[in-house]
Amino acid sequence: MSYVLLVLAAIFVNNYVLSQFLGICPFLGVSKKVETAAGMGAAVIFVMTLASAVTYFIYQLILVNLGIEYLYNIAFILVIAALVQLVEMFLKKSSPSLYQALGVYLPLITTNCAVLGVAVTNMQRGYNFLQSVLNGFGGAVGFALAIILFAGVREKIQYNNMPKAFEGFPTALVAAGLMSIAFLGFQGLITL
Amino acid sequence: MDITSILYPVLSVGGLGLVFGAGLGYAGKVFAVEEDPRIGEVQACLPGANCGGCGFPGCGGLASAIVAGTAPVNGCPVGGAAAAAKIAEVMGVAAGETEKMVAHVSCKGTCTNAKSKYEYVGISDCTMASQLASGGAKGCSYGCLGLGSCVKACAFGALQVVDGVAVVDEEKCVACGKCVKACPKHLIVLKPESKKTVVNCSSKDAGKTVIANCSVGCIGCKICEKNCKFDAIHVENNIATIDYSKCKDCGLCAMKCPKNVIFNPRIEAMKAKKAEEEAAAKAAEAAKAAEEAPKAEEPKAE
Repeated sequence: MSYVLLVLAAIFVNNYVLSQFLGICPFLGVSKKVETAAGMGAAVIFVMTLASAVTYFIYQLILVNLGIEYLYNIAFILVIAALVQLVEMFLKKSSPSLYQALGVYLPLITTNCAVLGVAVTNMQRGYNFLQSVLNGFGGAVGFALAIILFAGVREKIQYNNMPKAFEGFPTALVAAGLMSIAFLGFQGLITL
Repeated sequence: MDITSILYPVLSVGGLGLVFGAGLGYAGKVFAVEEDPRIGEVQACLPGANCGGCGFPGCGGLASAIVAGTAPVNGCPVGGAAAAAKIAEVMGVAAGETEKMVAHVSCKGTCTNAKSKYEYVGISDCTMASQLASGGAKGCSYGCLGLGSCVKACAFGALQVVDGVAVVDEEKCVACGKCVKACPKHLIVLKPESKKTVVNCSSKDAGKTVIANCSVGCIGCKICEKNCKFDAIHVENNIATIDYSKCKDCGLCAMKCPKNVIFNPRIEAMKAKKAEEEAAAKAAEAAKAAEEAPKAEEPKAE
């Protein structure tokens, strides 16, 4: 039961975008269309889950055993960068249209702080392997949920009459803020 | 100091890098995508400025579009005819004629020519200034604000703000169209480089308002329209516009324009020569008068 709660908490309560403000760059950059947002979400789910698993082993087997835990930032970034490269190659081969749609944002997952954030959270909270993977998966689903919902909102906003100065990005930022307030409602729902 | 405290981090992180590198190298082979070799060849012919003037995301985007057949071989406005010919060779098709275009700033409302409403001391950005309720400091709401948004947009250093108005260096301009998009007043237009006659005003205000704000503004008098023998210049919305497909560069409109809004280098040289001659004649007259004056005075004195 606690594992289910862990995933739900990662999706809603501790949403990486809307309540921890990590990974804002792709959140705002790729959220113009629901389709590309879903693609980005899927890519992040894949990378984040895998990164959680791999970083757990790297941390426990190499860093802790050698007593060089302080290197976790460098080691995690290395893992994430390699994973993103792998995903990029895989997408280029299997789904060129998604690869085209994600464009420059796919390599940007490399520096997506949400991915590093998940790895560091797992380490700091002392999660075991299963907990780490589930937290990574949940966090990524939360990211995907937030970005897809937000893309839906932005698609609708396009058809509204806006004051000139508010067109485009300013409205997106306001909408993101309002969504963040909405997700505040989940706060305290699950206490781990 | 324990050597292991250096050795372990170096070895572990280095080892990780090595493992990942080998893994990615292998994955690169497994997931290798066969690309049309022509894409690379076409891209090599392009200037590589990634300016986006063609409407595609960078030179790579245009190269794939050309190979896919969705863009013409002369799609690059920067490379012009030379690049088009090379690409046509790669693609095995004939290159179409490309007319070299250059940007032109349709405003001559310099500090001396145009009045300003107030002194602007805000952020030096035209878009910012134009969004103020007054639409910028210039008296004419259509005029160049001279804050250099186009200069910043130009990747080729072809723009410069001289005396409060942006000026294009036609030698450096590659007609990528970035400045056209950057100008909040929509003053910059692309025109064929071969055609030298230009309208240096964009004001859609009525003549009276124009005269009140600027000494070189188009008042929409239609004298140019009436004088043009080729039906190439028309006044619409109080502003003269040249249809370059019909314009023969004769310069008649430039000669007849009462406000000197239309510019043609040949007519301008003629006007300057005339003014010089007039000035010389005046000077000669004045000298003559000065010579005669003492003579006229002398007899009086006697």
